[in-house]
Amino acid sequence: MSTDKHSGRIEIEDARIHFEQADGGRFTAIDGVSLTIEPGEFVSIIGPSGCGKSTVLNVLAGFLQLDEGTALLDGARISRPGAERGVVFQQYSLFPWMTVRKNVEFGLKMQNVPATKRETTARGLLGIAGLLAFENHYPDQLSGGMKQRVGIVRALATSPRVLLMDEPFGALDAQTRSVMQEVLTNMWQRLRTSVLFITHDIDEAIFLSDRVYVMTARPGRIKAVVPINLPRPRTPETTTSSEYVALVQQLRSLIRAESIQAMGGEFAQAGLAGLDTEVGPEGIGALF
Amino acid sequence: MKSAMSAVTHKGGNPHIAAGASPAHLSAVTNSPPQRSAQPSPAGAGSPKRNTWFRKWRANRLDAGLGLVSLVTMLLLWYLVTRFRIDFYVRFTNVPSPADVLQKFIEINHTTSFLDNVLISLRRIWLGFGIAAILGVSLGLLVGRYRMVRGLLFPALEALRPIPAIAWVPISVMLWPSNEVSIVFITFLGAFFPILLNTVEGVHAIDKVLLRAASSLGASEASMFRHVVLPGALPHIFTGLALGMGVAWVSLIAAEMISGQFGVGYATWEAYSLISYPEIVVGMITIGLLGWICSALIRIVGSMSMPWLAFTTRRGKS
Repeated sequence: MSTDKHSGRIEIEDARIHFEQADGGRFTAIDGVSLTIEPGEFVSIIGPSGCGKSTVLNVLAGFLQLDEGTALLDGARISRPGAERGVVFQQYSLFPWMTVRKNVEFGLKMQNVPATKRETTARGLLGIAGLLAFENHYPDQLSGGMKQRVGIVRALATSPRVLLMDEPFGALDAQTRSVMQEVLTNMWQRLRTSVLFITHDIDEAIFLSDRVYVMTARPGRIKAVVPINLPRPRTPETTTSSEYVALVQQLRSLIRAESIQAMGGEFAQAGLAGLDTEVGPEGIGALF
Repeated sequence: MKSAMSAVTHKGGNPHIAAGASPAHLSAVTNSPPQRSAQPSPAGAGSPKRNTWFRKWRANRLDAGLGLVSLVTMLLLWYLVTRFRIDFYVRFTNVPSPADVLQKFIEINHTTSFLDNVLISLRRIWLGFGIAAILGVSLGLLVGRYRMVRGLLFPALEALRPIPAIAWVPISVMLWPSNEVSIVFITFLGAFFPILLNTVEGVHAIDKVLLRAASSLGASEASMFRHVVLPGALPHIFTGLALGMGVAWVSLIAAEMISGQFGVGYATWEAYSLISYPEIVVGMITIGLLGWICSALIRIVGSMSMPWLAFTTRRGKS
């Protein structure tokens, strides 16, 4: 479905963003971030909360502008939101006043696709996601997992070149979450859209991705890139293989140092600087 | 930049999850490919739904019974204080009894003059309220959405807002070519501000993630307005319309009593001048009923134009 020119290649180079804070100060959200997503590739960014991973996604979505650096989709500079980049949000973002099908059709309607064509496309995608029986339900009638599935289907309906997912399963319980991961891999293997997936869950990142970027906190920088060469299709059995376990350990140790640092920073801000300086980051780590 | 920051840092849990995840649905999803998960929930939703309906019916029957007791007691009290002409600081000596009022109501409808007055008041309401609804909602949407419009319009509107509609009566009589237009203008003023302010509030209350979602799906500004801002603000808009309708009636009756010719307010005041006491109460009850009917109409139109709210409120109640 992709041509060479519009194949969904993402390039971020040397990106930097500052935020003004309420107290008048400035902090650097992301600093010197470079990242690529090859066409059809599934890439995750993982890191402690507040490390700026969502900021990177918001730049690609066009919600945020870079202060320095470049963000390109297939060589073209990203400057504002657009339907060629589908976004799935962490919070439920379905329009409550539209039925499930109308939600899915929305992007196509914005492109003036005729009603019958819209309906066919929407029903086809809802079928793949197992939601066809709910096409005339309102979002408030659905469970959390179903809402997020509709959110994914809606983002895919316009055949975007890249799908940007910002901790889409963060609000779901563990059970629903693992089902959603399988649903997502299934859909991705059919459609082969490039995906950028933000998460703080190591298992989730490994299970889904071709490559995982690890980010550091304050300022957000890329610390490491870990290729995930596990065979596909991946199943729950994948998670018991020795390669998988080794990857979990590798990522965990990378993240752990970062989380402690991020927490140390928060302790210091909360007036518990003593903890930070006397015990030191490693010492806090020993507490857990 | 600030809004962007809050989007990054706001990662709180969503309270809606627990409500949505029914056990029946979960098991269906976990042990089957996606296609089959679709089946159980509509069927599963059936039985608790019927249960709710039954409970609702029973609760409604109780409410109806209590309501009847409440109304009958009020009528009985009215009958007693007028029957025995209670004079205990509050004087009921000249207050007509329920029977007097009923008799007067029948008598008054021998001619159409009272009905004419009602129709004249209704026309003033729908003109004044209608213009207020159109102007209030459209200005409210613009003020809520665009900072420029807000900056230009809002200070002036806020300066006028504390002046009650009735205080405009003298100026209104001078401003407008006829008494009729002047009364409609007072009615309009009463309805306008509640509608405007609630519409502005409605636009501000829209979850920002919905605006982001729409723009990432390629919505133009016009589409955003039509498909996201307007429906998103609709619940607040209808709150404003219901409030506005109430204030419109207050303003109309006052205007009719002060400066009017014709209308229920005018008829009620005239009855007082002519010492026709039962007619005053007929007027009062008519005004109350008309106001209630108009508000009920707005509620009905509201729930018809916002079918999705039926599911939100049911969850809130249970």
